[in-house]
Amino acid sequence: MDKTTLDIWVGLFVAIGIAALMGLAMKVGNLTSNTLGETYSVTANYENIGGLKPRAPVKSSGVVVGRIDNIKFDTKAYQAVVTLKIDKRYPFPKDTFANIYTSGLLGEQYISLEAGGDDHFLKEGDRISKTQDAVVLEKLISQFLYNKATEEPKK
Amino acid sequence: MNPIFKILSNLGNQVTSRIWRLGSATRLFLLTLIYSGESFKRIHLTIREIYFTGVMSLIIIVVSAFFVGMVLGLQGYYTLQKYGSSESIGVLVALALLRELGPVVTALLFAGRAGTAITAEIGLMKATEQLSAMEMMAVSPIARIIGPRFWAGVISMPILASIFSMVGVMGGYLVAVPIIGVDHGAFWSQMNVNVDFRFDVINGLIKSFVFGVACTIIALYEGYDAPPTAEGVSRATTRTVVTSSLTVLGLDFILTSFMIAH
Repeated sequence: MDKTTLDIWVGLFVAIGIAALMGLAMKVGNLTSNTLGETYSVTANYENIGGLKPRAPVKSSGVVVGRIDNIKFDTKAYQAVVTLKIDKRYPFPKDTFANIYTSGLLGEQYISLEAGGDDHFLKEGDRISKTQDAVVLEKLISQFLYNKATEEPKK
Repeated sequence: MNPIFKILSNLGNQVTSRIWRLGSATRLFLLTLIYSGESFKRIHLTIREIYFTGVMSLIIIVVSAFFVGMVLGLQGYYTLQKYGSSESIGVLVALALLRELGPVVTALLFAGRAGTAITAEIGLMKATEQLSAMEMMAVSPIARIIGPRFWAGVISMPILASIFSMVGVMGGYLVAVPIIGVDHGAFWSQMNVNVDFRFDVINGLIKSFVFGVACTIIALYEGYDAPPTAEGVSRATTRTVVTSSLTVLGLDFILTSFMIAH
């Protein structure tokens, strides 16, 4: 086999490899869709975050508007401090609610932002004060059982 | 001699010879790296080897990737539909391929397809004293024979693994969407949301790079170290497959635990 044919084959091989990698990055991976542009970070305190993880999505009306940057534990207030990175294109009012929800019955947990009516918008480093903890299934069940037990028996 | 002493000395001999072989394989690896500047001066040698190790492995890689992807699609669907989440089939196929099957199966196939060829070739070169002849002419066989084959293997492996993953995903798509009837949009969008470029794609590439180095250096060392007889070469070829497969599987566990740990 002469040198040019060899070069063509190897060139083709490398080109296919790069194309496959690009395909994996664009079509299979989330290199294009989920990379946030410029972000601003805000924090939110929770009594209980359930199974929330760093890099989990921050959604508003179901649309991903940001990601969770990190989760720390505040030893002064004994609360979880969650840092959210939100895309600069989406400003939220200061009195926005940040609730922890679960997608589906057993799916991953995410933070849902529900906009309030304030004229001022959240800035870098702000704290969202209106938060709602993750629902803990055990607590819910025990509450339900407790309510059932205290109910008046039907006559 | 006392039979206990015999067993002990056998064991000692086994361990020492293994460590000795590991040491000389490492020496060969370091020598290859040192001489690689000289190997790259004749880049066409490396390109020639990429043709023989990479391009010629394409068919086996593409065909097996396609079947692996299709089987993953079928098995995944069968289990996932029990939990009513058959849309996640795309995620399952893509993650299984990118994280594990792509790099590992490619490396195993590579060891069988290209590794054996390298060992047999170098073993035979040694048996027919071509390597000694080169040394006589002041041509370093490490720079001229070992180096190009090493770099060809290292370059080919990540490329082959990427092709394997991509073709596998296509195979999974073919089973899941037109044949079973999973929604086309859900298949891709679920995959897109749950596969992370850095964590899944890049880590898979790192794995296949490491496997490439391991498989190629094992194949080269076994060939270089083979006794210059027909029997010696045949044993060395067998050892290449066994050692590379075990090394790949062991390294895979170590690499995965490092990647998941952070």
